[in-house]
Amino acid sequence: MRRIAVTVNGKRHEAEVEPRQLLVYFLREELGLTGTVVGCDTSSCGSCTVLVGGESVKSCTMLAVQADGAEVTTIEGLARDGELHPVQRAFHEQHGLQCGFCTPGMVLATVSLLAENPSPSDEEIRHLLEGNLCRCTGYQNIVKAVKAAATA
Amino acid sequence: MAATETAPGSYIGTSVPRKEDEKLLTGQSRYIDDLTLPGMVWASVVRSPFAHATITSVDVSKAREAEGVVAAFTGADLAEDWAATLPCVWLVTEDTKQPMHRPLATDKARYQGDGVAVVIAETRALAKDAAELVEVEYEPLPAVIDPEEALAEGAPLVHEEFGTNESFVWKLENGDVDGIFASAPVTVKERFRQQRLIPNAIEPRGVLAQYLPAQDEYTLWSATQIPHILRFWLAVVLGVPESRLRVVAPDVGGGFGSKLNVYAEEALALVLARRVGRPVKWTEERSEGYLSTIHGRDHWQEMEFAADEDGKIRAVRAKATVGLGAYLQLVTAGTPILGGWVYGGPYDVEGYSLEVVGAFTTATPTDAYRGAGRPEATYLIERTVDALARKLDLDPAEIRRRNFITEFPKPLASGLEIDSGDFAGALDRALEMVDYEAVRREQAERRERGDSKELGIGLSTYTEMCGLAPSRILGAILYAAGGWDAATIRCLPTGSVQVFIGTSPHGQGHVTTFSQIVADRLGVPIDQVEVIHGDTSAMQLGLDTYGSRSLAVGGVALYNAAEKVIGKARGIVAHKLEVSADDLQYENGRFTVAGTDKSMTVQEAALQAFTAHDLPDGMEPGLEATFVYDPPNFSWPGGAHIAVVEIDTETGEVDLRRYIAVDEIGNVINPMVVDGQIHGGVTQGIAQALWEEAIFDEDGNLTTGSMVSYLLPSAAETIDYELDRVVAPSPTNPLGVKGVGETGTIASTPAVMNAIVDALSPYGVRDVQMPAKPERVWRAIQEGGAS
Repeated sequence: MRRIAVTVNGKRHEAEVEPRQLLVYFLREELGLTGTVVGCDTSSCGSCTVLVGGESVKSCTMLAVQADGAEVTTIEGLARDGELHPVQRAFHEQHGLQCGFCTPGMVLATVSLLAENPSPSDEEIRHLLEGNLCRCTGYQNIVKAVKAAATA
Repeated sequence: MAATETAPGSYIGTSVPRKEDEKLLTGQSRYIDDLTLPGMVWASVVRSPFAHATITSVDVSKAREAEGVVAAFTGADLAEDWAATLPCVWLVTEDTKQPMHRPLATDKARYQGDGVAVVIAETRALAKDAAELVEVEYEPLPAVIDPEEALAEGAPLVHEEFGTNESFVWKLENGDVDGIFASAPVTVKERFRQQRLIPNAIEPRGVLAQYLPAQDEYTLWSATQIPHILRFWLAVVLGVPESRLRVVAPDVGGGFGSKLNVYAEEALALVLARRVGRPVKWTEERSEGYLSTIHGRDHWQEMEFAADEDGKIRAVRAKATVGLGAYLQLVTAGTPILGGWVYGGPYDVEGYSLEVVGAFTTATPTDAYRGAGRPEATYLIERTVDALARKLDLDPAEIRRRNFITEFPKPLASGLEIDSGDFAGALDRALEMVDYEAVRREQAERRERGDSKELGIGLSTYTEMCGLAPSRILGAILYAAGGWDAATIRCLPTGSVQVFIGTSPHGQGHVTTFSQIVADRLGVPIDQVEVIHGDTSAMQLGLDTYGSRSLAVGGVALYNAAEKVIGKARGIVAHKLEVSADDLQYENGRFTVAGTDKSMTVQEAALQAFTAHDLPDGMEPGLEATFVYDPPNFSWPGGAHIAVVEIDTETGEVDLRRYIAVDEIGNVINPMVVDGQIHGGVTQGIAQALWEEAIFDEDGNLTTGSMVSYLLPSAAETIDYELDRVVAPSPTNPLGVKGVGETGTIASTPAVMNAIVDALSPYGVRDVQMPAKPERVWRAIQEGGAS
């Protein structure tokens, strides 16, 4: 077991974890932050995407011990005082979600994408979201949502 | 989140933003893996690595002694826990061979992934660790994956007791088909392969089971599309009273048919919870799910047309040989039959013949996957229509126009009646949107200058049968359940309305759509309508969600329940206002008396019904109504899709340039939700044409065993689709609605493949095996021979 300290959504947590525990399971099972989900076992789908130090990371492909001392943002940390983050609002207004399972990862990938590319073209958006799979929407409205969030 | 500003009376037809979104966007969703119960333990299933093997021994002793392990069981240990086989609800013929299917195999493993033992431990990781300690001795047997090979002489038998791998032969024939073929001036014959697909809902399956011994009560939470049907069948499989079993679908992350089943793990978890006395959680890992969750399609298809010189199709004769997999899951035998009446497409054919042969193979069972039988049918007819067009040197749009059904209702040659449609209108609009003449011009210009990048344009005009379904017809075709659905509307005395629906959404937006219907009919602000679903304790009546039925059946049940509520409210109001019921006018939730200022709302009537101080003699207090609606017909959406592809003949790469979808889906309740369904459905159908395929090696190993090797499209591969609609409201129900959830998948695959063949016909290419990977396209060009 290893002792780690991780700041998640602004709150510091200390815990003892097995070295082999993935960050996604640490968030879900240790901290009860179930908004981040597991969709695959090959780092393909991106449903587990969180921000670590502001960078988008697939939390299924990172060990909890690797997050020691880091600042993590999960989907639960985006809205402020009951107000949706502009990306969340854009996904809602553009119908960029259906079942919602890929959505937290998609939203956080978008937050990261727009931080690096504030005015992406449709083609750039599609390319930059390659690591986040959705089976429901066909992506069309997701691209619209990212565009809308970019100009919000 | 602000509710829509739209006023009652205008919700229907409006793109109301979804009520479902807030919790899904903020991480407050409750999917199966988010649920925990005190004392919960984890199950891990040990699965056969062999596609076909005799199980000589299963030893769980080492697993039992591992850290944190609570129990471990072999299939034999649990053999007496099952009162009945895992069910197939639609056996399709009287003499279909249905094998006994237990949740864990005992004598043989019959597909890679067949469960043989289960280990239960304190944590997810410890259960998985211990599962690796289970020792199973297998004697491998030859595998058979292809359904035609499974039916050939000498094929390894999946179930020896039948002496054959043929499970059933289903036939439908109307009209003098042989006679028409004998005298037809033109015939074509085509053969195609519908490859196996892996559904890949982004949420993996999972269950949480609880047994309370003092009450002898079972509860199962499952990522399912079918809580009601699951309850019925699990009661049968376990041999427990249905009244003591509650099934709950929490938030479900997509299904597409793959969560429409009675799975081994669902039955297993309940039995394990009873045996170990603690709640049991099981979730599948993705690559596990590639084996343990049903697959789609897997047909060899043949089609013959008997036609006139002018391209009029007189008769169709189709055959499908289907890979069922190792067992009959819930709709395994029925899925190919579900398209059984639309192998004539939207065309006015006189003679209809279809034969479907179901074959056992040593693979994961196939079952319903978005479209469930209708994509297969539409693919076969639309590809063959293009073949006929080429043979007669007719334009593919023109040949379709010559064959469309134009008058409705229309009895199909297959025996069912299509209620409304506008195929010609849809095609005209689609051709206009794509600028058909311009694309043909550019195609010709490229060919003239010898451009290595060819343009192709592919049409797909379809009808399909969904909105499952009239119960009498289901009974006649040997489907074991009915096709009705139910809604209960409860007007609470403080003004809000609770709606209980029998459908079970997993992304389709029922909460919003059904709130729109109730808000409009009862004049209640939409954020005061609460829609409850997915829990058999909250709503007893329902037949759940699949086959694009929720609006066409469930929504109509809801509409009719609202009418009943309005009817009772009318009596309450008439009595209170001291007028006759006929003197009351009703609009958007308010009753008025013409020429007076007397008025009362439905909400006010609800309070009156609750206090019961002044109700008409003989009227029961309360304002609520239930309606159980059995549709008199299937739902018949249709339309025209067009794909434009650009193919690099030097590399074989296919680039989808444009995709147009003009659908006729009756009246639309929420256009935004409907467009979203079409986007998603079209993407899955395009994916079948271009990217997806479950590949097995000769030993029956699934070599596309994870998302790394099974190619699911991302945003980088897909494009924006151009959508429009024509409207031919269904006369079958008062809302005029039709289903739409599967139309995109049904129409799109042949549109893309027709475009590819159209692009490559100068090279003599008549077909490219799906998915049309660059290598396959390139080889087809080389082998086609023409330059």
